[in-house]
Amino acid sequence: MAVQTPGAVRAPYKRTTGVRLSLWARRYGWRHVVMLAVVAFAVFPVLFVVSAALNPLGTLSSAQLWPTGASMENAVDLFTNTPFTTWYANSLFFAFANAAVTVLLSALAAYAFSRMRFRGRRVGLIGLLVIQMFPQFLAIVAIYLMFSTLGDYYPAVGFDTRWGLLLVYLGGALSINTWMMKGFFDTVPKELDESAQMDGASHAQVFFRIMVPLVTPVLAIVGLLVFIATINEFLLASVFLRDTDAKTLGLGLYQLVDSQRNANFGMFAVGAIMLSLPTLAVFWFLQRYITEGLTAGAVKG
Amino acid sequence: MAFEKNAGASSRGAPARTPLPGGRFAGNGSLGGQLVKIALLGLFTALGVWAVLPLYVAGNWWGIGLVVAVVGLVYWVYLSKRTVPAKYLLPGVLFLAAFQVLPVLYTMSTSVTNLSDGHRGGKEQAIASIEAYSVTSAEGAEEYALTVATTGSPESGDLVFLLTDSEGRAYAGTEEGLTGIDGATVGPSGRVTEAFGYTILSPTEVNARSDELQEFAVPTGEGTGIRSSGLSTAFEGTATRVYDAGCDCVTDSETGVVYHADNERGAFYDEDGQRLAQGWQVNVGFENFAHFLFNPTFASSFFTILLWNIAFAFSVTFLVFVVGLAVALVLHTPKLRGRIAYRVLVVLPYAMSSLAMFLLWRDMFNTDFGLFNRILGLEVDWLGDPWTARAAVILANVWLGYPYMFLVATGALQAIPRELGQAAQIDGAGPWQSFRHVTLPLLMVAMTPILVSTFAFNFNNFNAVWLITSGGPFSPDNPTAGATDLLITYTYRLAFNEATAQYGYAAALSVMIFLIVSVMSVVSLGRSKALKEVD
Repeated sequence: MAVQTPGAVRAPYKRTTGVRLSLWARRYGWRHVVMLAVVAFAVFPVLFVVSAALNPLGTLSSAQLWPTGASMENAVDLFTNTPFTTWYANSLFFAFANAAVTVLLSALAAYAFSRMRFRGRRVGLIGLLVIQMFPQFLAIVAIYLMFSTLGDYYPAVGFDTRWGLLLVYLGGALSINTWMMKGFFDTVPKELDESAQMDGASHAQVFFRIMVPLVTPVLAIVGLLVFIATINEFLLASVFLRDTDAKTLGLGLYQLVDSQRNANFGMFAVGAIMLSLPTLAVFWFLQRYITEGLTAGAVKG
Repeated sequence: MAFEKNAGASSRGAPARTPLPGGRFAGNGSLGGQLVKIALLGLFTALGVWAVLPLYVAGNWWGIGLVVAVVGLVYWVYLSKRTVPAKYLLPGVLFLAAFQVLPVLYTMSTSVTNLSDGHRGGKEQAIASIEAYSVTSAEGAEEYALTVATTGSPESGDLVFLLTDSEGRAYAGTEEGLTGIDGATVGPSGRVTEAFGYTILSPTEVNARSDELQEFAVPTGEGTGIRSSGLSTAFEGTATRVYDAGCDCVTDSETGVVYHADNERGAFYDEDGQRLAQGWQVNVGFENFAHFLFNPTFASSFFTILLWNIAFAFSVTFLVFVVGLAVALVLHTPKLRGRIAYRVLVVLPYAMSSLAMFLLWRDMFNTDFGLFNRILGLEVDWLGDPWTARAAVILANVWLGYPYMFLVATGALQAIPRELGQAAQIDGAGPWQSFRHVTLPLLMVAMTPILVSTFAFNFNNFNAVWLITSGGPFSPDNPTAGATDLLITYTYRLAFNEATAQYGYAAALSVMIFLIVSVMSVVSLGRSKALKEVD
């Protein structure tokens, strides 16, 4: 490195506007250009669906990228011509119920895997990874055949019922999510629950009073992931729910644009936004956990 | 680890008793906890009783045994003090066993059978159905007024024909035979309107089960039976096709053709190789697998699909990673104005419902009305050409998938100290070199498991293909396998979307997907430390 000679006096350097601009362009300007392009790519389909939802004509061929009018006609049509509220309620039921119960079951198991040592623990953990390679929907034929029989005995959990499909979804409660949770549980210092045990806390008290409040980020993120996965689930739902009134909003929307692709597009667009709203809301509330939670399990792995 | 050491140290001292498997927890919880436990166990017992009742009615003793065993297991786990880990694992494990492990095993056992639309149930059922289906009315045969009823639930209970003959006597006809019933109410039309112990089906309910009705016949003697004709009348006739156990064959008395049973293929065949539609389920060994691997037409579609499946999962994972990481790097500077706004907008696709967005992309690619053709002034059939359809599916997936990578990469970048990159630059490395040799290797440690799981997810990304192209476009010479078909969409179509459901083939395909995914995961995970460090 060149050492400045102390004798040399340099004229005070003054940046001209042009130099500053080119410096800014080199440091930040190109970032803005790139980001504007990425944002355009990210946003245009969303813009299109909003514009189509507001489009008074309600057809695919008349929908523009930029909203040309603002009409609630498509929303009114969706509410009056389809069992929209039933579909929506079904979707929300599956998403919330599955997310809540999965988080509970998965956290219970992760607690045992993280804090206790027992026979079959290693086998159990590896087994969980192995069963992941056979995703539940690959067994769809078997599940279909199983529930044809099960539905004969228990109509309450047969096809076209909420409880039947929920049971199937819960079969996937212990999964890679349990690994992610276990990784996060491992980062909580063991001294905390050990000292609580010394003070006479039972294992259940340690779990509910000490662990759960400390691992909220990972619980939130698993809940979010399960919620998103369930509300967008199509395969199992399409096999289970065939009756119009039993369908989820996703299945309903599929059916809506399957038969009348052009004419029903406005209604579909309203439905698409409605289906995205819960996800957006959950995202909004959990955003502070997202980066932390998503990477927590990963870094450990 | 530390926990284990502690436990070891304390037991080395003076073990008054063997330590409980869960560690040194206090014996009993609070009173409130005990009450909750009792309430939950009570609820579970009630559930068990509810589960046993229909099994008892049907006389299914295996089922009852299973329910009792599960209830017993739950009681043992939650009342014993030595089963602390099991208390936490049991609920999830029960669901896992019932609705994931069991279906997987069932899939494996189905994959070696020929279970399909023409091959359901046993041989007796197939024979009964063949005979019933061939019943034709003879001259002057007895006619009955018919009411369709059931002894079980209207959707799935066993069918019963409530019949009244010309003299007004009422009978109940089941698959076993005809019995007289007393005390049935016969309406003015001569049909039974009410009978104790039977649920009468409404016309819509009958319609829903018309397929079953077609094959239903009440046997009345050697080769004779009662079949329905329409929804309100039935007639007695003789079966033209009769099974003879002596030669294990079915003889058609009208045409004189003899169909011999082929117990390996599970159907009756005549000399020309023509088969009767109704067959039965048999074990075919690995024939289903061989079908996809060696049968020229099916093997070529199977391997084409497999190749595209791998290419699809790989290119989506790669592109999503590159775009997500690039965006994260561009935003990875503290002083950029509007950083928060950019982040929110860039993550937007991830927060939208992917199911609806796939359908949206499909409609944007629509030839006649789609957004792209209208904006570009083209008339390209994007989803009708194999290569543009493939590109469209990949593009839609990159749009949906990169925000997740962006989030993960941002988190991983923030965990890497900035000083490392700065140090490299002081040592004379350019920005690219310092990224390539310092940042990227550190980043990959955190990202590799995410990339593996993204690949595995996209390998079976059913929605991505089914909702956009349904596997199409299909070439005219092979209408079962489309250009964008993944193995999973191909499987789904075989099982649920074809004219005849091919459950055996679909199950075999599922097992093959499982094997492929396991091999790939073992190879990729075996190189990471995840499995070795299970502690």
